[in-house]
Amino acid sequence: MKHDPGLYNYWAYDQRPKITWPNGARVAFWVAPNIEYYELNPPANPHRQAWPQPYPAIGGYGIRDYGNRVGHVRQMDLLDKYGIRGSISLSTALCDHHPEIISMCKERDWEFFSHGIYNTRYTYGMSEQQELDMIKDSIETIFQHTGQKCAGYLAPALSHSEHTIDLFAEAGSDLFGNDAGFYTCDLFHDDQPTPVHTRSNKRFISIPYSLEMNDTIAYVVNKMEPRRYGQMIRDNFDRLYQEGAESGTVMCIPTHNYQVSCPHRMRAFEEALDYITSHEDVWITTGREIAEYYLTHHYETSLQSIEQQARVSVTQEKP
Amino acid sequence: MSLQPDYFDYPHRSYGMDHDRYDWSLLSERKPVVWPNNAKLALWVNVNLQFFPLDQQGIPFKVPGGMTMPYPDLRHFSLRDYGNRVGIFRLLKAFDRYGITPTVAINGELVERAPYLIQSINQRGYEIIAHGWNMDCLHYGGQAIDEERALIERTLTTLREATGQAITGWLSPARNESGNTPELLAANGIQYLCDWVNDDMPYPFRTAQGPLTAMPLSNELDDSFILMNNLHSEDSYVEQVSDACDFLLQEAEQQGGRILSLNIHPWMLGQPHRIGKLEQALEYITSRPGVWSASASDILSACSATKE
Repeated sequence: MKHDPGLYNYWAYDQRPKITWPNGARVAFWVAPNIEYYELNPPANPHRQAWPQPYPAIGGYGIRDYGNRVGHVRQMDLLDKYGIRGSISLSTALCDHHPEIISMCKERDWEFFSHGIYNTRYTYGMSEQQELDMIKDSIETIFQHTGQKCAGYLAPALSHSEHTIDLFAEAGSDLFGNDAGFYTCDLFHDDQPTPVHTRSNKRFISIPYSLEMNDTIAYVVNKMEPRRYGQMIRDNFDRLYQEGAESGTVMCIPTHNYQVSCPHRMRAFEEALDYITSHEDVWITTGREIAEYYLTHHYETSLQSIEQQARVSVTQEKP
Repeated sequence: MSLQPDYFDYPHRSYGMDHDRYDWSLLSERKPVVWPNNAKLALWVNVNLQFFPLDQQGIPFKVPGGMTMPYPDLRHFSLRDYGNRVGIFRLLKAFDRYGITPTVAINGELVERAPYLIQSINQRGYEIIAHGWNMDCLHYGGQAIDEERALIERTLTTLREATGQAITGWLSPARNESGNTPELLAANGIQYLCDWVNDDMPYPFRTAQGPLTAMPLSNELDDSFILMNNLHSEDSYVEQVSDACDFLLQEAEQQGGRILSLNIHPWMLGQPHRIGKLEQALEYITSRPGVWSASASDILSACSATKE
């Protein structure tokens, strides 16, 4: 095991080069609906159990199916209303299971990025080749069903190996060169995009995706009241918007429509979206667009700044 | 440990579901349901009358709300019993006050333990559905089919004989099932099951013993889920129920009749400090135009009538 994943260097949120966004926006705001398929009876993974109860675990399976049958369409109506295009973290098997949902997202010009094939197939225990094949399958499936060259990755069920990010970058390059596989949502270390090391030395970055704003973390892990979640989203936005006057920030709301799109939670979410989109100088965008813009305009200066900060010596000079 | 090649087989990666229990269907694409008198929202208040045994075995897991302390856990035993002695009668008064027609899910063993209670419920003409034998008699994967069949038969026979009702609805303790549960229910005269949480409207459910209907009883809005599992405040419970009511009424304008299902427990909302919150929620809901309080069976019949 490694002491540190070695994916990025320390880089203080202080004295960084100014990030600018299109049209002088302060915050790049994106919503990332997780559109997932969980299997009722997945093969066992020795490192992580899919369901707490013996088969059939209808409670956990059922509520996730609710997202597909009921939730996504509800959220689409809401995002349409506020002019937001989703950036979908996709279990790519859903292209086969529920193509209707994929069509509706395509009609809206939403982004599709890879979240693995099924959210019940964990990366734990995969060999490099097995993981690479799985990732390539997911990228190819997205291309086949949507024509999009997958730019981003969120590992299935946030299950990783030491090589996940390297393999995603390489899978993208193998299939589509620099048009695919250039950002990750798996890291939560920053409120701005940051360069990420890959063994292929690809220009590759992390886009802030936010575990804190994630509805499933809020509702299932932290067991929050819906109105409090809505308030937390607004508070998160307020500060990023304020700081964005100095240097551009990124805000993401990752969602799962079996949580946020339940009838008793829609109002809190809508109020938060209404609040955010009522501000000027907010770039309502997608993960890929943020990544492309950053790579074009800010990647090199970021690398220089990281290097500069690393040269600071802690040895005190005597006055 | 490394993974065998079959971890990468995807036998169900094709159109529809990865099992045969029901068909894939988007709620928004279905034929709109019409409720009697053009109501927009059917209100299904589902009361759980439960018995939590002191000698809990916890197979295959300890039921939520059950005993948690070393034996004898008198605190949880008696606190749950409170619901059947005191709390339920507060709920009944609230139902009278707000004109609610509840449905009552009952553990079969309560017929023996609290005949007065069962008679009170039955005399009010409320629909009774089966809720298993008791809260420690779980239905689960790996359970011997004969054992499960006996539980279901005993529960249904006891409830049918005591109430004279047909008993066509079923809610499993802890909403847990085995792979055989739907077949055993269908073979024993059950027409609808309330365990699944994947929809907001009824849908057809397949068994080898004939069709059932899955009725959408929200677990996310369940009083014990919100108050005991999530530790939300009572005021938040009222807010969540009210927000759900408003949202579903609005959705019904576009997509046809919707159901607001409230699964509630007298040991939870029947406490003196909580009953007022249930009343507040019911007052809010029943003050909205277009709300129809009905039994689960009546909601199901109205839904089936639309489809024919």
